[in-house]
Amino acid sequence: MSAPARPAAPAPADLPAAAPVAVAAVRSLQSGSRRRLLAVTCSLAVALVLAMGVRVLLGAYTVTIPDFVAILGGETIPGASFIVLQEKLPRAVAGALAGAGFGAAGALFRRTLRNPLASPDILGVTQGAAVAAVGMLVLDAGAGGGAVMAAAALAGGLAATAVVLGFSTAGRSGGRLGAGTPGGSGGLAGALGGTAFIVAGIAVATLCQAVLSGAMLSLNQHDLQSAAIWTAGSLNAVTWERIAVLAVLLVVLLPAGGTLHAHLAPADLGGELAHGLGSRPGRTGLGALAVGALLAAAATAATGPLAFVALLSTPVARGLTGGRPSLPVAALCGAVIVVVADFLAAEAFGGARLPTGVLTGAAGAPLMLWLLVRSGRRS
Amino acid sequence: MNTESGEHPGAGTADRTGTGPVAAEGPAPAIRLRGVTLGYGDRVVVGPGEPLDLDLPAGRTTAIIGANGCGKSTLLRGLTRQLPLLTGTLEVLGRSVDRWPARSYARTVALLPQSPVAPDGMTVEQLVDRGRHPHRGWFGARTAADTEAIARALELTDLVDLAGTDVSELSGGQRQRAWLALVLAQQTPVVLLDEPTSYLDLSHQVELMDLVRSLPDSTAAGRRATVVAVLHELNLAARSADHIVAMAGGQVVAAGPPGQVMTPALLEEVYGLDADVVPDPLLGHPVVLPRTPADRLEG
Repeated sequence: MSAPARPAAPAPADLPAAAPVAVAAVRSLQSGSRRRLLAVTCSLAVALVLAMGVRVLLGAYTVTIPDFVAILGGETIPGASFIVLQEKLPRAVAGALAGAGFGAAGALFRRTLRNPLASPDILGVTQGAAVAAVGMLVLDAGAGGGAVMAAAALAGGLAATAVVLGFSTAGRSGGRLGAGTPGGSGGLAGALGGTAFIVAGIAVATLCQAVLSGAMLSLNQHDLQSAAIWTAGSLNAVTWERIAVLAVLLVVLLPAGGTLHAHLAPADLGGELAHGLGSRPGRTGLGALAVGALLAAAATAATGPLAFVALLSTPVARGLTGGRPSLPVAALCGAVIVVVADFLAAEAFGGARLPTGVLTGAAGAPLMLWLLVRSGRRS
Repeated sequence: MNTESGEHPGAGTADRTGTGPVAAEGPAPAIRLRGVTLGYGDRVVVGPGEPLDLDLPAGRTTAIIGANGCGKSTLLRGLTRQLPLLTGTLEVLGRSVDRWPARSYARTVALLPQSPVAPDGMTVEQLVDRGRHPHRGWFGARTAADTEAIARALELTDLVDLAGTDVSELSGGQRQRAWLALVLAQQTPVVLLDEPTSYLDLSHQVELMDLVRSLPDSTAAGRRATVVAVLHELNLAARSADHIVAMAGGQVVAAGPPGQVMTPALLEEVYGLDADVVPDPLLGHPVVLPRTPADRLEG
């Protein structure tokens, strides 16, 4: 009869407990999926280390393990030292870091936008970053230091995301950004779940691609060559400086992305139910998109827009975990994909050293078509 | 606004006076609205003209009925705070919902929307696990209380044997029970359901609503949860609900026990429906029998 002012749960002993059979069933399912997640994460980490090892030690120029250890220890072996420290090792490290960035960005976009095609490389983020980075080359070819390129790419990626967001929320009632009202399925949260974002993203990506082609025409021969390889997505130009910039960004962005990703879990169930579960997918989703765009742009600054890595990682990760979305697994998948693709691009085609992005694009295109067919069949 | 048919004095205005007709558990309603208007932009959908006063009884199952566009879904949106009140106050369990933090509110009021989205490749257990979101901290670690709540929800909805099944493989009735289990795992004293029986066949509708009306309040031993359901099926509402709120034109035209609210006059007012209402021979609740002019001629 008392009106309970605070409906906090009383001592559980008062309540009928669940049958032990039910508790045991739930517990075994929980520990099963936990074990699977742990096993997948550990296997991917091992696979990444192996792939990086293969990238560094094998190929047209092989390095023995004792030599590699000696080089890392500071010893100088003529020829081998240079190739390991300036070519093989930076490529392996940059590939792993950029792949992790792309993979995590893909997972964040996929979860926020609730669409299998939602990925920063489809929705103009990497293209925006590429336009900004090439724009730096056009403005002043000499100033293309790693940090400047990275800053330009980050700004470009964020700007592209903001433009897409602006177009997809325009015309929606209550579509204010970061609306202070506890807005539910309308406004921002609704826009994030809708197809408007995807369509606007594809439009912006196409536009950026056109701008990119136009900008490249105004480059001189030397810059054009390097810009062409970079925009195809390549680890050729990685330097330890670029790697350091990317590593610092990932250290900040990956934990933030992981937290936002976990907090968006209720949004998988639709805006209304998410709201009922006390989640505000609009605001959290905005943060997730920003972090995802920064991750993709940071990776793009280091390696160019590696096609489809972000799109590819999330479904592969979900397949491995049995449907459970996990940002760390997606990041590891991205890392493995890029390192393997880079090794194959450099070594598998004889003398022809393809840009890594050509290989990820070739692998990603059929996957994207498959996702398209599948999402079309479901809706 | 009044629907009085003479035989049921007070049925239409009972809640306007602020003392709900269902007072078996005491006078404190679970949900109390005073002077409420709700709407979109400039358009007032609930409480146009005269703002809405409404009490929903604690520990009872309330069905909100009314024709399409009468404001029942908008009212539910107001109760979940998806739609901010334009005017008036809303109290849940005696506490004003102003400044009530989202996660804490989600531990008191749960919502099952009309068309929730089932993600790909998710098992029933993983789906129900999502209901624990408002009880978790920032890092989402699972506790023994989570396991217990999920197990209890699966048990109540008879889904323990299907806990490891992919949600996409469930039948319509099983899937709706899985969604209900998610809401139960949330362990709230108040549960809001938006047309929970759409897309179900008749036997599953009855099964689900019988389950809904017997839901225990998981925060207080031996008490029933406060359930508020928007229902389209009048006979199902009359069968399952303790309390019925009939809406038309954004106003409450009648509120009370099914026997008082479900009258030919009210059905005429709310739905423009000519109908006879007879008592169910076995259970006694009112049963609506729709009539057309041709029926009347034949009769």
